[in-house]
Amino acid sequence: MNKIFEVPMYPYARHADQDAPAPVRHKVIVIGAGPIGLGAAIDLAQQGIEVVVLDDNDKVSFGSRAICFAKRTLEIAERLGCDHPMVDKGVQWNVGKVFFDDREVYNFNLLAEEGHNQPAFINLQQYYFEEYMVDRVRELQAEGAPIEIRGRNKVSAIGTHPDHVTIEIDTPEGSYNLEADWMIACDGAGSPTRAMLGKDFVGRVFEDNFLIADVVMEADFPTERWFWFDPPFNKGQSALLHKQPDGVWRIDLQLGWDIDKEREKRPENVIPRLKAMLGDDIEFELEWVSIYTFQCRRMEQFRHGRVLFAGDAAHQVSPFGARGANSGLQDTDNLCWKLKLVMEGKAPESLLDSYDAERVYGADENILNSSRSTDFITPKSETSRLFRDAVLDLSEHYEFARPLVNSGRLSVPCTYDGSSLNSADALSGPARTRPGSACPDAPLGDAFLLPKLADRFTLLTIDADAPDVIEEGGITVERLALSVKDDKTLALKERYLGDCDSGVYLIRPDQHVAARRPSFDENQFRAAIRRATGQE
Amino acid sequence: MSDQLILTPNIDGGDDFYAELLATHEGLTKADSDALNARLVLVLANHIGDRAVLTQALAAAALKPEA
Repeated sequence: MNKIFEVPMYPYARHADQDAPAPVRHKVIVIGAGPIGLGAAIDLAQQGIEVVVLDDNDKVSFGSRAICFAKRTLEIAERLGCDHPMVDKGVQWNVGKVFFDDREVYNFNLLAEEGHNQPAFINLQQYYFEEYMVDRVRELQAEGAPIEIRGRNKVSAIGTHPDHVTIEIDTPEGSYNLEADWMIACDGAGSPTRAMLGKDFVGRVFEDNFLIADVVMEADFPTERWFWFDPPFNKGQSALLHKQPDGVWRIDLQLGWDIDKEREKRPENVIPRLKAMLGDDIEFELEWVSIYTFQCRRMEQFRHGRVLFAGDAAHQVSPFGARGANSGLQDTDNLCWKLKLVMEGKAPESLLDSYDAERVYGADENILNSSRSTDFITPKSETSRLFRDAVLDLSEHYEFARPLVNSGRLSVPCTYDGSSLNSADALSGPARTRPGSACPDAPLGDAFLLPKLADRFTLLTIDADAPDVIEEGGITVERLALSVKDDKTLALKERYLGDCDSGVYLIRPDQHVAARRPSFDENQFRAAIRRATGQE
Repeated sequence: MSDQLILTPNIDGGDDFYAELLATHEGLTKADSDALNARLVLVLANHIGDRAVLTQALAAAALKPEA
């Protein structure tokens, strides 16, 4: 049977641009049709901005790769119109077990907060995530949206200019040139775009190798995340077992630094390792095996004139905590509305520098968290291992030590504290909705809050008066009027008011809070709109 | 609760405590003793809880009390 990742999803097809007498100019060219590139393209296209995605391949991700998609990512996917198949297909889990040596030291239930439309996270192979995004692209195309994906279009040269970018592209039928007003590089950790522009990518190398295997088996392991520290079947190292859809299990085995990668990848070496882990009597089939090393690093700047970097091309983290694809989608979520306003002449180009500032801040947070997880999972000194093992030994007996066990801190949305787009917090409301925060969802009767806050600036009023529409500096802000009287679960009050009786929030198109006050003050909110769009 | 690390005598029966500390380690290998000490640090740190006090304690133990 052909796996989805073996089927060309966007096969090469000759485009009229290749026969044009002069390079054709596009509005936005996205490099890379991974989850981040597709996310950027869908976001722009569904808001009417013409976009072309170039990919050197013609298939979705080979092997499962990213498998853990967090709530914020699913909320973004909801805004992009492709969350349903992801959530339907994805595996949800709540229970995790932690093993140390030959014993289970504790288990936990995540007990996700109620009152959110999206689950805390799902496990889903990256190839499905991409497939559903490609389906969404096809749907948008059928609706006439200006979006296309060109497979086996490999960028071979890039020229940067003050007001556009020139791109040379190799195809199976020779090369051609294009121009773009803007370019978004989402071409992964090894970003050829970054290399072609000669930009640095510095950080910390972790001297370790991980064997990663997708195994198809009919085993009755429960739908739980199992993490082993120093297990008998992989002495001195770690291991992870995680369930994906279709009876595929993801296994990560730490191998250490001094290994022969090609040798370790061979089935005759992989299978005995897996049998030692799963037991001799379990029947399984290897779907995909890879060995990865990782680094924690980022570009110094994510914006270089008209070229914007997003996802792994801009920053790379260790896989612990699912902060790769999840943070990449937060990049494009942050970028696309800003790019749209700049392209429409409604915001100065400098608004894009706030993309750099906010997402560099987010990348640093992710690098910090994933470096800490990595230091716990793979201690780098005798003392570090001593404390790690002490935490694990204590965790078996005492609850206090369990929060110190770090097998990956799951990706949560970044709060852009200190962003130049924020207005000073003027509401003594909950910290989780302070300016810079991603809005938490809340039930509104049969519907949910977040879809009502998507794609445009919104003035959310809770038991407060305000005009239905405000126009400021070319930006139209519509009011969403809510009341705690209709808030049966009190989630809205708890998340947006706390002890306050009323609140007015200015919310950005990416559902982050720009400003909040107890009541509507016209001058203050007009200033907040200008600030949030880089106009002051 | 004070957020100032106590660096004046604070244990009733200090000699007894010291003897108990050594007795707990008695007969252990170096590795087991090191592990016990690490666990002890974590247990005590959790009991203290106050982040500012813990930072002062780390500095005091590193013999950098003014940090």
